[in-house]
Amino acid sequence: MDANTAIRLKDITKTFGPVVANDKISLEVDRGEILALLGENGSGKTTLMNMLSGIYFPDAGQIWVDGREVTIRSPRDAFELGIGMIHQHFKLVDVLTAAENIVLGLDQKGRLDRKKVAREVRAISEKYGFDIDPDQKIYNMSVSQKQTVEIVKVLYRGANILILDEPTAVLTPQETEKLFAVLRNMKADGKSIIIITHKLNEVMAISDKVAVLRKGKYIGTVNTAETNPQALTDMMVGHAVTLDIDRPMAKYHDLRLEVKGLNCRGSDGVKALTDVSFTAMGGEILGIAGVAGSGQKELLEAIAGLQKVESGHIFYYPPHPKSDIAGNHVPVDKAGEELVGKNPTQIQKIGVSLAFVPEDRLGMGLVASMDMVDNMMLKTYKESKGPLVDRKTPRALAEKLIEELEIVTPGVSTPVRKLSGGNVQKVLVGREIASSPTVLMTAYPVRGLDINSSYTIYRLLNEQKMKGVAVLLVGEDLDVLLELCDRIVVLCGGRVTGVVDARTATKDQVGLLMTQSAGKEAEA
Amino acid sequence: MAAQVKAAEHREPLVRIAKRTDISRGKSWAIRAAAIVLALLLGALIMLLLGHNPFLVYADMVRGSLGTQIGRRETVKIAVPLLGAAVAIAPAFMMKFWNIGAEGQILAGGIAATYFALFWADTLPRVPLLIVMFLAAAIAGALWGLIPAFFKAKWGTNETLFTLMLNYIALGIEQYLQNGPWKDTKGTGFPIIAQFASNARLPKVLGVHAGWIIVLIFVVLMFLYLRYTKQGYEIAVVGESEATARYSGMSVPKIVMRTMCISGAIAGIVGFTVVSGADYTLNANTAGGVGFTAITVAWLAGLNPIIMVFIAAFLAILTKGSGTIQTNFSIPASVADVLTGIILFAMLGCEFFIRYRLIFRGKGEHSNG
Repeated sequence: MDANTAIRLKDITKTFGPVVANDKISLEVDRGEILALLGENGSGKTTLMNMLSGIYFPDAGQIWVDGREVTIRSPRDAFELGIGMIHQHFKLVDVLTAAENIVLGLDQKGRLDRKKVAREVRAISEKYGFDIDPDQKIYNMSVSQKQTVEIVKVLYRGANILILDEPTAVLTPQETEKLFAVLRNMKADGKSIIIITHKLNEVMAISDKVAVLRKGKYIGTVNTAETNPQALTDMMVGHAVTLDIDRPMAKYHDLRLEVKGLNCRGSDGVKALTDVSFTAMGGEILGIAGVAGSGQKELLEAIAGLQKVESGHIFYYPPHPKSDIAGNHVPVDKAGEELVGKNPTQIQKIGVSLAFVPEDRLGMGLVASMDMVDNMMLKTYKESKGPLVDRKTPRALAEKLIEELEIVTPGVSTPVRKLSGGNVQKVLVGREIASSPTVLMTAYPVRGLDINSSYTIYRLLNEQKMKGVAVLLVGEDLDVLLELCDRIVVLCGGRVTGVVDARTATKDQVGLLMTQSAGKEAEA
Repeated sequence: MAAQVKAAEHREPLVRIAKRTDISRGKSWAIRAAAIVLALLLGALIMLLLGHNPFLVYADMVRGSLGTQIGRRETVKIAVPLLGAAVAIAPAFMMKFWNIGAEGQILAGGIAATYFALFWADTLPRVPLLIVMFLAAAIAGALWGLIPAFFKAKWGTNETLFTLMLNYIALGIEQYLQNGPWKDTKGTGFPIIAQFASNARLPKVLGVHAGWIIVLIFVVLMFLYLRYTKQGYEIAVVGESEATARYSGMSVPKIVMRTMCISGAIAGIVGFTVVSGADYTLNANTAGGVGFTAITVAWLAGLNPIIMVFIAAFLAILTKGSGTIQTNFSIPASVADVLTGIILFAMLGCEFFIRYRLIFRGKGEHSNG
């Protein structure tokens, strides 16, 4: 440890009951340095950072800040030591302005001098190149603006050490670039930055050093300049994983779903979809790209019968009974069946399956406190005869999924909330696939998943595609969409701004379509 | 500020709270037992201060509630409506529909049963009359439970306030009937409702009105309903997450309304057992706070109807026992209530220690218990 070391952790250990989340982890971060903390899901990255920011208290180990050994007992202690964390879920008060949020919770005597705060906020913004209006209310802000407020908030409080937990998960490629520019400015100013991320290209782009955790253990730290994505992946997962995603070609394509002039309003009465039209084919993975909140959720819900449709049509074309996965193809000869106006159960029976994965994985597709068996039968419990539930079939299904998808769980009776993210995802997608759908819709199926789990999900989706299923995939990682999908529909502000061939399209092209109308706003 | 930080160095907080991930069944019951022992000790201290021998007082409580046949029957009589109401609110609470209106639903059932007891006793023989009273009580209770469920399902009203207010409306209706149309004309002029004719009274089984059999049947039925039926499964899913229920194609409004009908119906039947089995009349005390105490019973039992039997029995013993010590030791009623309060507080409070554990400074890794 030399004088330039901002933070030093030694043998930090934290256990949650029987789970060792962090096992004797040691780290060092210098001043004016960006450290990327890399690791698969459940490897203990967030836990470790939560101990630095005072949310958790370590069971054992020592922490030095600026060469002094310290005890961080609360977020306040952390803040007094100049450590600020920007969490994945923003902690802002919607009805207050940026400046009010920034000073919120500071003990200051006397009246709040708004002008002074605004001046200081502007000064910080100019220094690092933020784009922020101190008087704007949070509810009027985009996700990236909210993130900016969070960052300015910790800087305003004098943080010298910033921890960012997956900051790019919610940003467009352009916004990510902006954020990185700001981070570089802060680094030049001597701040220490720890950035938690899954995305290897971002690690390579922004960091000076990379520390890798695997299953709660510290694997090592390398200089970014001396490594490459492949080597980092090896450190993360323990063995080599090819980065290419498979994209097989189905034997034939078959019109399955036709959306025509769809208009919807979201739960807040705001127009969510405007005149959306596209087709989805059996034997194809259709990507749906767009900045978060561009109408993806409403679109999938409308198809599943969960969202009221104002006008427009959704036609479903059942596969011809003589078509099979061996390649015998008889074109669809029936007229489309209108899905608008049908209830979710009817649509499910037709074979349209929604594996919706909202922000928190356990939110909607699964019941967190129930075990796998009870979750398996969530959509099928009505099928058995009589008033009693049949738990034998779902139990068999759960056991089958555990084996086939290598789900790590103590058993079928363990509540799914005790499973790690990747395993929860496998449970959800596995259940949807088990209902042998003809249309499979998934949203963010790999959000927050480690590389191994992600590939399992990609494999499952490809298998479905090869069976002739029309797969609709709402995604956020453009690299993945471009490598996995056959075609991509791009949504922007509830409109379709383009449909591209994923085999030939470039990331810039899609990124531009994603921000076509929002672009002006971002510049304003 | 810097000084504070310095002072804080190298010091762990004295006590930290950590969530338990898992706790063995034995250990959680040990904590509960310890809580009750602690409460009894505390109660003993209070009695000592009042100049009584706590051993004698406790012994008298047990003797009063369990020692004699009359005492036992009284205790069971207290337990029956308590257990019935707890079973009634269980499905609603499982659904996270905070039905604190069991009180009103009991009264609604009692009023409906009383109507038939007063005006149909001459025309109907005993068995059909009791069956009609039973059904009328169930329907009235179900309707009283359906009202807040309907409004919640349609317009998202707050069920807690709604069910609470309906309690007072039910009570108001009862008062009106008692003082007006249903007032006993042959009596002393006091505004009371006449005692039921003998064919409108529930028969006694083993010395206690047959309500206990009805309630025990409901305990078993509710246990099976919640655990093994599709409807029970739906209730659990809705309770856990309405969004998930919606996503899996369940009709949440329908489930909410159906469940509240069941909840209200059982509460209504409890009202029937009270008017027809215990009191032989209807009065303002027919529900008598049972609907509220039942929440404690249901909650302590973790919404498991089988466990509710024991909790309800325990509370009934406490109630009866504190009644006994009031007479025998001339301990004021309020002190007996304080004692009951301490025990309930300990029982509810210990749930915290079952869910969380405290870690004292310097013992971090060793105190896993």
